[in-house]
Amino acid sequence: MNSALIVMWHRQIKSYFRNRQRLAVTLVQPLLFLIAFRFGIGGMYEQSGRGNYIQFLIPGIVGMTILMSSTMSGMALIWDKQFGFLKETLVAPVSRTSLLFGRCLGGATTSFVQGLIVLFLGFSMGFRITNWGLFPLALIVMLTIALLFNLLGTSIAAKFDDMHTFPTIMNFIVMPMIFISGALFPTDGFPTVIKFLVKINPFTYCNHLLKYSMGSAASHSILLDIVVIAIIVSILGSLGTYFFNKMET
Amino acid sequence: MAAIDVKNLTKKFDKFVAVDNISFQVENGSIFAFLGPNGAGKSTVIKMMTTILYPTDGSIFINNYDIHNEKSEVRKSIGVIFQDHTLDDELTAYENLYYHSALYKIPENIRREKIDDMLSYVGLLDRKNDLVKNFSGGMKRRIEIARGLLHSPKILFLDEPTLGLDVQTRAFLWDYIKKINKEDKITIFFTTHNMEEVENIATKIAIIDKGRILIQGSSNEIKKATKTKTLENAFLILTGYGIREESADSGPMKRRFRR
Repeated sequence: MNSALIVMWHRQIKSYFRNRQRLAVTLVQPLLFLIAFRFGIGGMYEQSGRGNYIQFLIPGIVGMTILMSSTMSGMALIWDKQFGFLKETLVAPVSRTSLLFGRCLGGATTSFVQGLIVLFLGFSMGFRITNWGLFPLALIVMLTIALLFNLLGTSIAAKFDDMHTFPTIMNFIVMPMIFISGALFPTDGFPTVIKFLVKINPFTYCNHLLKYSMGSAASHSILLDIVVIAIIVSILGSLGTYFFNKMET
Repeated sequence: MAAIDVKNLTKKFDKFVAVDNISFQVENGSIFAFLGPNGAGKSTVIKMMTTILYPTDGSIFINNYDIHNEKSEVRKSIGVIFQDHTLDDELTAYENLYYHSALYKIPENIRREKIDDMLSYVGLLDRKNDLVKNFSGGMKRRIEIARGLLHSPKILFLDEPTLGLDVQTRAFLWDYIKKINKEDKITIFFTTHNMEEVENIATKIAIIDKGRILIQGSSNEIKKATKTKTLENAFLILTGYGIREESADSGPMKRRFRR
């Protein structure tokens, strides 16, 4: 273990899995969504002749789980600010970029694991992967989405000190992103204005690519998804690096 | 050669001037103390010297390295013990030190031995696998000292190191600081508002208030210059008798500073 990136990655993972309660709590919300939507909307969806709802819902819930836990990992940075550990890393002779990416890759790894757990729950509810050849892509997509939203959460957290405002802000961003992405229900019934919002929502493209890689038919070229995700990751990566380099305490 | 060379250092937060054009030098191997009331700007200066806060103006050389463009060299040559605790509570004492040794690139084959040595110096070797959150304030501070010295720094910075410690830990801490200063020739820079600590420990003192250095010299020189018998009287004459409202770490002030 030598580079600062690996140190931070290792530490994020270690403290995450050490806290069993948090591990359990972070799985409750996706589970709640899974049950509510499966039994609340599933019947209607299938009656309208759109096919099997579980096949539609599970990749969406997996994406949602990753989105939620990834953005919330910005909270870890706020905690480190509040309880001082951040200073220990800021004063160390290492690049701030490696601190940022170490943290985010650590957070991405734990979010990825949560996504996998939810996916296995999905299997137990009848979800089936129709094309195993695409499954490696699904895993890569899960990890990339996790990194993307870790960068988002951590960049925002770099700018905020307050542990009470951060979750509020994140909820304000995260919930609409989930609801207008097509993750939990189709978006074709939305009015034009909201359809426009769907198009500018980054999570729409994450969700589309994830659904495709788990066997749903593509509604637009997945190349578009890949380009959008790559652009956003590089923007957030540069922005986060900028914030980390400017960070004072 | 000076271990620390500060010239015309200024720090402004919006319009508030926290540090106002100060200059001082700390000789190699000496123990230098910043003495000042709450909110005098002591922590702000330490933060700038340890590269985690950017000066508005002026120059700082640490161990002959410029904090503006030789940050990494500066960071390698210093150990810092901050006023507030900076350990990861969710990790064990050993893990905290281990991550530190990895961040400072201490060779892997000597890490374990070095960490054990440091923990035994501060008397906590038998608790090395306990989570830090179960430790008392004094024990946490001892681990922070072990951590601050783990990478063999040339200069050790301590910001109000004895705040909230019991008498035993305080005595231990200063004995240990004196020992490493004498035996390992580590330059010590610390801030405090405790007179006794300054009189007993520091070879040179700067009294600072409202972001300015009012006087600097040895304890005797300061007493002579102010024609007082004790350092406390000198301090009160220089800084006035008015009670300071904000503590050095008060929430709203700190938050304002951060922006």
